Amino acid sequence: MGLFFLRRLGIMILTALCLTYIVFFLTNLYPNLEKLAKTQGNFRMSDEAVASWLTDRGYLQSTPKKYAEWIGVVPSFRHVDEDGKVIGRCIKPGMQPADAPQYCGILQGDWGWSSVSKAPVGEVLKPRLQNTGYLMLWVMIVMIPCALIIGVLAGMREGSVTDRSLSSVSILSTATPEYVSGVIFIALLASSKSPINQWLVAHEWIEGKALFKGSAAKAMENPTFENFFLPVLTIALYGMGYIARMTRASMAEVMTAQYIRTARLKGVSFGNVVIKHALRNALIAPFTVIMLQIPWLLNGVVIVETLFQYKGLGWELVRAAGNNDIEMLLGISVVSVFVVLTTQLISDIGYVYLNPRISVT
Amino acid sequence: MDPLSWGAIFTQIIIQFTPVWVALIALFTVSMRYKRRLGLYGKLFDSTVGMIGFALVMFWVFTAIFAGLFDLISTHDPLSQVSGMKNKVPGTPLKGAEDGEYAYYLLGGDKLARDVFTRMVMGSTVVIAIAPLATLFAFMVGITLGLPAGYFGGRLDTVLSFLANLILAFPVILLFYLLVTPEIVATGLPQYMAVVLFISPLAFSGVLIHSRFRTQPNKNIVRLAVVLVPLTLLYLSLINEAGSKIDFWPLDFFDIPGGTLVVFVSVVFVNSPTVFRIVRGLTMDIKTRDYVAAAQTRGERPWYIMLWEILPNARGPLIVDFCLRIGYTTILLGTLGFFGLGLPPESPDWGSTINEGRKLLSVYLHPALPPAMALLSLVLGLNLLADGLREESLRD
Repeated sequence: MGLFFLRRLGIMILTALCLTYIVFFLTNLYPNLEKLAKTQGNFRMSDEAVASWLTDRGYLQSTPKKYAEWIGVVPSFRHVDEDGKVIGRCIKPGMQPADAPQYCGILQGDWGWSSVSKAPVGEVLKPRLQNTGYLMLWVMIVMIPCALIIGVLAGMREGSVTDRSLSSVSILSTATPEYVSGVIFIALLASSKSPINQWLVAHEWIEGKALFKGSAAKAMENPTFENFFLPVLTIALYGMGYIARMTRASMAEVMTAQYIRTARLKGVSFGNVVIKHALRNALIAPFTVIMLQIPWLLNGVVIVETLFQYKGLGWELVRAAGNNDIEMLLGISVVSVFVVLTTQLISDIGYVYLNPRISVT
Repeated sequence: MDPLSWGAIFTQIIIQFTPVWVALIALFTVSMRYKRRLGLYGKLFDSTVGMIGFALVMFWVFTAIFAGLFDLISTHDPLSQVSGMKNKVPGTPLKGAEDGEYAYYLLGGDKLARDVFTRMVMGSTVVIAIAPLATLFAFMVGITLGLPAGYFGGRLDTVLSFLANLILAFPVILLFYLLVTPEIVATGLPQYMAVVLFISPLAFSGVLIHSRFRTQPNKNIVRLAVVLVPLTLLYLSLINEAGSKIDFWPLDFFDIPGGTLVVFVSVVFVNSPTVFRIVRGLTMDIKTRDYVAAAQTRGERPWYIMLWEILPNARGPLIVDFCLRIGYTTILLGTLGFFGLGLPPESPDWGSTINEGRKLLSVYLHPALPPAMALLSLVLGLNLLADGLREESLRD
């Protein structure tokens, strides 16, 4: 187990390095840097001025060297201009060059400077991560039990009416991407113009103009059912169908196994067979699926946070990408790569741990 | 003129779609009649789920064909703006409509006073043109790399799987943002990726023919020439674009309109690792069968075994996944449109129109809902179709 874990960890680190290098390479292509120079310096800079601005800040070194500096394994770039002033990545405003550290990369905990927020990336990302984490937590709380219940109920008696109707529901939910379901939910439940809300208002069953809020902008400080439920539901719905289908397939397979038939023939009641004999084996496959679903949720998070103006990681990603905020993009990619790889690792280990038939050696 | 009531709007829309209904009924009558002779396609008509899915998919395919090629279904021009029609509700009559012009905005006008119904109909042409083709390319890439990885295993497999996992670990939207921004497009990077990715259909068909007819040189040359020459010409004019980084080939038949190539490349790039994994898994499973051992004993070459023994036997799951993946590609295209990436902003594709409509959603419901429902129904149709196919192919 230890060796297996170490090997997985090694591959994981290699993957993380490759991925961040690709992002680093793409964000540091010359046109992006030129845009950065023009937004940071001024828009009417000549090509030479742009080049010298970039050279002075070390942007024109070779990509591997810049990458190593960004990671923090190579001393950071420093430049001495004509009047003897030293500038460099590590030297923050108001800091003496002599006091500044030699290395300042991800490893030293320095994530760089966000050119849009005008603040250190780490500081900006922290509340964003908390917001997204909270959103994801609620998505999980809604999605997993619903998906498992639907899957187990559908797979319990394959081909029955329950199975048919629940399977249709899960197909429908996998066919509805977040930007479609979100738009439909806002239109039907959160808009004062929607017939449902007008009907509810006419009967004076709701207080405001609509059942839900179409924006989660207030949910950052004060999440309520009204402003937080729609974003959660929108993300949960798309992932739910897939997990439910996996659970159904796995449950249906277990229900045809010999030991289930034996238990039934011995006279154990159907409910007991399902709960005590079938469930444990049927839930192994969905576990990996749930873990592997988390990276997909990240996608949904970006869409939903944009749609509902919820200031989380995804919202920040869209803002950073739209405004060429290079170091912020890199920071976000580190976070998301970390999330993806960790969930993969947990899913692998969990699969081995839950399933005694698989041995890692 | 008075605005139309909801019932009248509904009837008008159904009448507007007449060519599609005719085509659908014709297709279904013929297929039901001869379903016993049509193999897997005919068996689809034994399953209700499969038939519903197929009908939904074909509805949009016919709509795209009639609207895109014959200019039949749409009522107005998708880009023309009519004054006074901004954000008007469904069924609003056009002020001062001329003779021969359609007198109503059936599903209302959007914030630039364009007809929502027409834009929804024309949006299908974009999706139907890009999604299946991009999926096909992803399959070509996935199959050409997945077969050898699964068959030979070893170091090749390790390297290719590592690369596939690398792309799969990338958050899709970040990748899109990195690939599709104008600055990156200007460096020519997507074009270089197109050069690499689009060579795989060439390689695939070349190896497919060569491995089969290697021992009959005369037939081999003819067939290779018939297939490879047009494909090469297509390939070269596809990657070649006047005034861009790759501009060397004189016989440039067509240019892909702005942004479409980039969108195409990124969608293929995101899809192919998953196909690779599926094909690799299937190959590893099938290569232990007796008929593969028999072929090996006969002394067949590895590529013959992969392409003519293993691949045909993996077709069932691959066809099912193909349908699902077109749906997924449609969703990806919508995502790109939703973030305003790639395709030009005035493009009528569903993602872009949803993105435009959502900004005014709390006040005007009608511009965002039709494209959303259209996208939903197409993807749902593809998923149901895949489900029906899976059921029927398991039945043999």
